[in-house]
Amino acid sequence: MDKLRMKFSKTGRAVYISHLDLMRTITRAFMRSEIPLKYSEGFNPHPNISIALPLSVGCESVCEIMDFRLRTELEPEDILTALRVQMPEGIEVLDVYASERKVKDIKWLSVSGVFEYDERSAEDMLPELERFFASESIVISKRTKRGVSDTDIKPAIKSLDFGVCDGGVALNAVISAQEPTLNPELLVSALTQLEPKIAPDFAKFRRIQVFDAEMQVFR
Amino acid sequence: MDKRLERILPKVQKPARYTGGEFNQIIKDKSSVSLRVAFCFPDVYEIGMSNLGMSILYSTMNSLPYVWCERVFAPWGDMYEEMKNATIPLYALESGDPISEHDVLAFSIGYEMAYSTVLDMMSMAGIPIRRSERKALLPLVIAGGTAALNPEPMADFIDIFLLGEGEEMNNELLALINTAKAEGWDKLRFLKEASKIGGIYVPEFYKPVYFDSGVLSHFEVLEGAPQRVRKRIVTDLDNVPFPINPIVPSTEVVHDRVNLELFRGCIRGCRFCQAGHTYRPIREKSVDLLIEQGKALLKNTGCQDITLLSLSSSDYRKLPELCDGLLEYCEPRSIGLSLPSLRADNFSIEIMHRIQKTRKSGLTFAPEAGSQRLRDAINKNVSEEDLLNTCRLAFEGGWNTVKLYFMLGLPTETEEDILGIAELANQVLHTWRLYSKNKNRGVRITVSTSCFVPKPHSPFQWERQNTMEEYISKVELLRKAITAKNVVYNWHDPQTSYIEATLSRGDRRMGKVIENVWRSGGRLEAWSDYFSFERWMKAFRDAGLSPEFYAHRERGKDEVLPWDIVDVGVGREHLWREREYSRSAEKHITDCRQSCAGCGARSLSGGRCDG
Repeated sequence: MDKLRMKFSKTGRAVYISHLDLMRTITRAFMRSEIPLKYSEGFNPHPNISIALPLSVGCESVCEIMDFRLRTELEPEDILTALRVQMPEGIEVLDVYASERKVKDIKWLSVSGVFEYDERSAEDMLPELERFFASESIVISKRTKRGVSDTDIKPAIKSLDFGVCDGGVALNAVISAQEPTLNPELLVSALTQLEPKIAPDFAKFRRIQVFDAEMQVFR
Repeated sequence: MDKRLERILPKVQKPARYTGGEFNQIIKDKSSVSLRVAFCFPDVYEIGMSNLGMSILYSTMNSLPYVWCERVFAPWGDMYEEMKNATIPLYALESGDPISEHDVLAFSIGYEMAYSTVLDMMSMAGIPIRRSERKALLPLVIAGGTAALNPEPMADFIDIFLLGEGEEMNNELLALINTAKAEGWDKLRFLKEASKIGGIYVPEFYKPVYFDSGVLSHFEVLEGAPQRVRKRIVTDLDNVPFPINPIVPSTEVVHDRVNLELFRGCIRGCRFCQAGHTYRPIREKSVDLLIEQGKALLKNTGCQDITLLSLSSSDYRKLPELCDGLLEYCEPRSIGLSLPSLRADNFSIEIMHRIQKTRKSGLTFAPEAGSQRLRDAINKNVSEEDLLNTCRLAFEGGWNTVKLYFMLGLPTETEEDILGIAELANQVLHTWRLYSKNKNRGVRITVSTSCFVPKPHSPFQWERQNTMEEYISKVELLRKAITAKNVVYNWHDPQTSYIEATLSRGDRRMGKVIENVWRSGGRLEAWSDYFSFERWMKAFRDAGLSPEFYAHRERGKDEVLPWDIVDVGVGREHLWREREYSRSAEKHITDCRQSCAGCGARSLSGGRCDG
């Protein structure tokens, strides 16, 4: 039971905690619960924890995954119980278990979201959105480390459904989590760049589940 | 969460500082409390959340079952603009409710440059800034903190000042507000009752009268309020609540660690130091309690660092015992223990060896002045010999970074004293050459100078501050004298120090200047990002006041000073005597443990003083 994995959610006010701050916040929760994290070797030892697929600030998730190791052997249920009460508002530990698969096996991510329109009606937008995302290819310019480059995001979208909801247009999508990574915010960027008339005034997303290449839930 | 807020938060820098929701925050049921307090810190979250006083009083005020005290900080510029554009009023972090729903706005004012931010926060909350425009009992605006020990510059805006330590006083006042609210008192009746509580200063009842020269003549005291208000202290630090469950910020703050307070007061009596005089008498916490509280703090927060706080840590009598007790807990958990405010003596190095077994951070000392004569004049009891011996031990022990802090513009300063700073830095460098174990790693000596700001309630409260021109030429003199390439020289810009000097010794008329600055957009003035010297100069002109009158004028021995209405325990005679010592060639060092100088502070604690 060397490698352990924690599944947790990040919702509500906690969505504004950045990735780096989250690492520190979780480390402190471990310290409080007196579960001894394994530290790196070296001059300035730090706990060996890693959170898969860093989440954008503002995005909710109910399927975050963090890998860690301990200095002593403890039952996953005991770790779960001890950690649960030490988390700040909005971070909930859902499960702790021995990990068997590598994080790089994650391929797909299901997300839900809401496109909010202030002046335009969701009913009018719905067919337009469906038409837009039905195109063969959706090429947008993305800023990368090497500069601006054109990318077709369409292959990274496995499925995408829209429906009118309270407050705008709801969406449910399955998108590529890794290689390539599709940040759901790029769905909005695509609209802003290519068809600003149907781009929402505000959009928010929530990660629902992670899958492997065969669409089996990744654990 | 507010829809408008949800839209702006992803756009601003470090949004986690605007959301609340941290571990150990105190959430209460609104319907179960009768009094809601917005505890306002007139600076950004990262500064306020590093403040021990804020943490202590958050805990003590919330210990009252009928009170819910929440935190409020000033937003940084980007968030400020977004909130304005979206018309979001200032809100409290715990509930997200607008401040207008709170009964009391309690400001903690630690430094003068925060004054305009206090006004800005009231305005963001939708509350009239002048107390004369707030006719109803609630919302009540109260303030405490070090800067409140001269309450006059802010007296037109604040209903009630709490002078001194707040652990007991705040709750006595909150109890009275609660009664007044329940029984529907009018504001005057409430203020009269409040002025009977020890440590409470009600500016409404004190009317300053000035001579034609602009100098303060006296205060007319109204409504039977006390002639002087004596600051409050807690007498027994071992038996006063200390929060061992502080809030753990979910984002990085300035001092990202837990703070353990060792004692209040100071035995040293450096003549420029306000804190060393206003926090008296000396009261130590017992070592067993400190070890227990330190462990609990670490356990309850999960922090990886702990800092031992006080004005002069080396003066805690049982420091080695305390360090050993804490290290026993810290070492196996890789928790860092740090000790600021160490004196330059052998004992300090012994302690540093004890606590920094692996990581050797830099050493910082504050000789304050460059010559022995001037150090004697300011009663800074550190000799060149002490300092160099300490450096020698440090270099032998493997340290290779030393920071030295000095002040320019101290009373009686001559060119010789300034050049002495460069000389002292050279001596430190020479010591490194003689004793360093590993010269290949090089050495870095940093000399920093700040501009002396005369402060109320210190022996130098009567002094004139140097002009900006004088400061600039002094910096120039020193800059030319520091030639060694291993010595780096940093200096403070005198503009902020000049404004600080006008505010710290300001009278009630200064309120107009502060208001002018705020009206022309001045907020977060302690930040160089936002400070505007021109704005202050214009504010003075528009108020018809001269900044020189406040900063550059030497006060007479018998002049009535605006802060004389505040009695901090240390007598004016003692301060004057200390000032006279600074002028006499004869060395006159005082330290409370060698002999009691009779400053008067022990009268605050029924004669008890741990000095």
